[in-house]
Amino acid sequence: MIASFFDVDGTLVRTNLLHPTIFYLANHTNPARSLGALARAAAAGPRMALAEMLDRRRFNELLFAVYAGISQDRLLLLADEAFDGVIRRAVYPGARELVQRTVDEGHEVVLVSGALDFLMERLAKHLGATAHISNRLEFKDGYATGKLLRPIVAGPEKARLVREWARDRGQDLADCFAYSDSYSDVPMLSVVGHPCAINPDRRLANLARTYAWPVIHFGTTRPRLAHLLERLP
Amino acid sequence: MSTSLPPASSSRFRSRQNGSGDPASPSRSRGRNDHPLVVTLDRKSGPRSVFAGDRLLEVDLPAGTRCIYPRPPMAALKDVDAAIRYALSHPLNSEPLYAKLRPGMKVVIAIDDISLPLPPMRRPDVRERVLTVVLELLADYAVEDVEIIIATSIHRRMTADEVRHVVGDRIFDAYWPDRLYNHDAEDPRGMKLVGTTEHGEVVELNRKAVESDLLIYVNLNLVPMDGGHKSVAVGLCGYKSLRAHHNPHVMRDCHSYMDPRRSALATSVERMGRLVEKTLNVFHIETTVNNRMFAPPLEFLHKNEDDWTGAERAAFKGLAFTLSKLPQPARQAIFQRVPSPYGVTGVFAGECEAVHEKSLDRCNAQYMVPVHGQADVLVAGIPYISPYNVNSFLNPLLVQVMAQGYLFNMYRGAPLVRKGGAMIVFHPCTDAFDKEHHAPYIEFVHDVLPQTRDAVEMHRRFEEKFATNPAYLEMYRRGHAYHPAHPFYMWYWGEAGRQHVGKVIVVGADNDYIPKLLGYETARTFGDALAMAGDACGVREPEVAMLHVPPIVMADVAPAHQPGNGVE
Repeated sequence: MIASFFDVDGTLVRTNLLHPTIFYLANHTNPARSLGALARAAAAGPRMALAEMLDRRRFNELLFAVYAGISQDRLLLLADEAFDGVIRRAVYPGARELVQRTVDEGHEVVLVSGALDFLMERLAKHLGATAHISNRLEFKDGYATGKLLRPIVAGPEKARLVREWARDRGQDLADCFAYSDSYSDVPMLSVVGHPCAINPDRRLANLARTYAWPVIHFGTTRPRLAHLLERLP
Repeated sequence: MSTSLPPASSSRFRSRQNGSGDPASPSRSRGRNDHPLVVTLDRKSGPRSVFAGDRLLEVDLPAGTRCIYPRPPMAALKDVDAAIRYALSHPLNSEPLYAKLRPGMKVVIAIDDISLPLPPMRRPDVRERVLTVVLELLADYAVEDVEIIIATSIHRRMTADEVRHVVGDRIFDAYWPDRLYNHDAEDPRGMKLVGTTEHGEVVELNRKAVESDLLIYVNLNLVPMDGGHKSVAVGLCGYKSLRAHHNPHVMRDCHSYMDPRRSALATSVERMGRLVEKTLNVFHIETTVNNRMFAPPLEFLHKNEDDWTGAERAAFKGLAFTLSKLPQPARQAIFQRVPSPYGVTGVFAGECEAVHEKSLDRCNAQYMVPVHGQADVLVAGIPYISPYNVNSFLNPLLVQVMAQGYLFNMYRGAPLVRKGGAMIVFHPCTDAFDKEHHAPYIEFVHDVLPQTRDAVEMHRRFEEKFATNPAYLEMYRRGHAYHPAHPFYMWYWGEAGRQHVGKVIVVGADNDYIPKLLGYETARTFGDALAMAGDACGVREPEVAMLHVPPIVMADVAPAHQPGNGVE
């Protein structure tokens, strides 16, 4: 069987990891706690920005630390609302059809995302994807510790997880597809036989052009010059 | 690549041919052919101009070469709008268009895409003129539910600017994008099965067209392989239907694409088209244009070089020099930014086959040049444009399409080159592709061709994998990429030529590996190429014919049994 691995944030949905996080922080049990949590998150902003540039895994660790102290019950209770309010309406037009076509072609569709598992579960169901590889929070006595369980789904680790997934299921990676918007996912894109860039950032667009990877644009209007440059022989 | 090539390997062929040439004859002489457009060169003849992609070269051809020139442009209709109105009111084998209309009906108008004509037509495009008259008529009869579909089949979607160029500002502003849009052959809800022919050919077409009360097809019939049943049965179909005829087996049985009666492809399309005509209410409007491809100051490219004035010769030299110094995108822009000043030569409307017969007559009258006997070697320059690279680069796979697909097939009767003969073409064969339009071509050339050039094998092993690749399909549906099955069809398009021609030799290639992937040999000069062609043909003094394109010219070849010129 062929598998298609999809990055999520920026690839299938226009939101990123920050959006659901802000939703949760803004929906603490009382407004004072919300304000405090948002302030702490804002204070960690510069460190997160630096980590985002240097190491996507470190960024994930810093970001999910702000979940510390939120109860598992509350996270799950708000999951539907977070999905409907933040993620579902941010799905790119055409993303669902692409996933559906991939499923129709008999592919196993796997979402590979640094987002949290209970949100990815809902997104997978919404898009018709078969499975997801996503981050999981650590809980102690029913409360999030702010740490992620290993393995942390980010950057090069995604490539290892994809390889492992395919190996466990006897899938030939040369036949598999991977889709992403970000240069940080080049390791994942590189392990499959059919990499594809969706709404690529500048560095990924350059790489896709060099290696003649297919490039898809979902609902993004590109400047005419950028479009011409992408097409250059 | 230099702008001029060394003279024909004078040491070998020229000296031999000179012996048979008449030194006293004028530089434009007639050999065994009577038609004035078949010019037999002698030792006094000057070099011929050829396109090598977006450059121009001068080539010395050996004495005795038959150079086949395009016919001059036919006279254009003086009042095109009146001709359109007349055609709609006096259709062939059909009631007039107005008699088919009733208020409240659903009408779909389908139009040919950007692959026609080549190069694109100077505004107003004839489709705009036809659409203007048709839409006015529909409005007069209170037909308001009108949609216009660009019949792209599995070609790339046209951009908004390209659509505007074809349909004009007024129609574009009124209809784009909700009621004027590109056909989408991969929209799962957008296609509908019409039926299956007695030969098992599945006819699946655009749902809107199938469910309309009246389908009006506005065609631009550039060459004899266009139009007729192909308009609807191909233009509005998808992969399921195309598979019936766009395959190596059918392609091998085409003699030629430009002669519908001897084309298995046309026969299959005709069966499917007849099913369409039986099932749907279709009104065909076909238009023909002359071959005025070049506007002044490039108009002299139509002419025999021996008839060029001093100013035209200087203009050619200047243009060739300039092109040789410019970077590729600038060269491409020079040619592609200048639309052609075609004149409309015919407008016919009504029932499909009756209409198309008239269009074919007009096309043949414009392009066919009688030629007596085949040649051992066919020489042609490959220009910068094909139906599949309007506004983009002519990539290596399209070079193959132009050589063995189109230029080889520019004949009626017998091929211009004999079975087992050679083709010499001029092109740099640069390993470059438009990354968006031709995205699936890149994988085809660099992954499929290194594994096999056998069309049947690639059809069996690779075609479906490509055709169902979700990433490429998405690029086709939402971007401007050709469908992933298209590169395969481009290879199959060359299949009849590949089966017939013994060897293809490229002069001026900037690399060896692309010609090798295509199954071609390379030569540094035309003289070297001619020597290789002679060896390949096993003929000491090969007969050479040159197809002087563009503009379009087709050889109406009457076979002749002559020594060294076996007819196949």
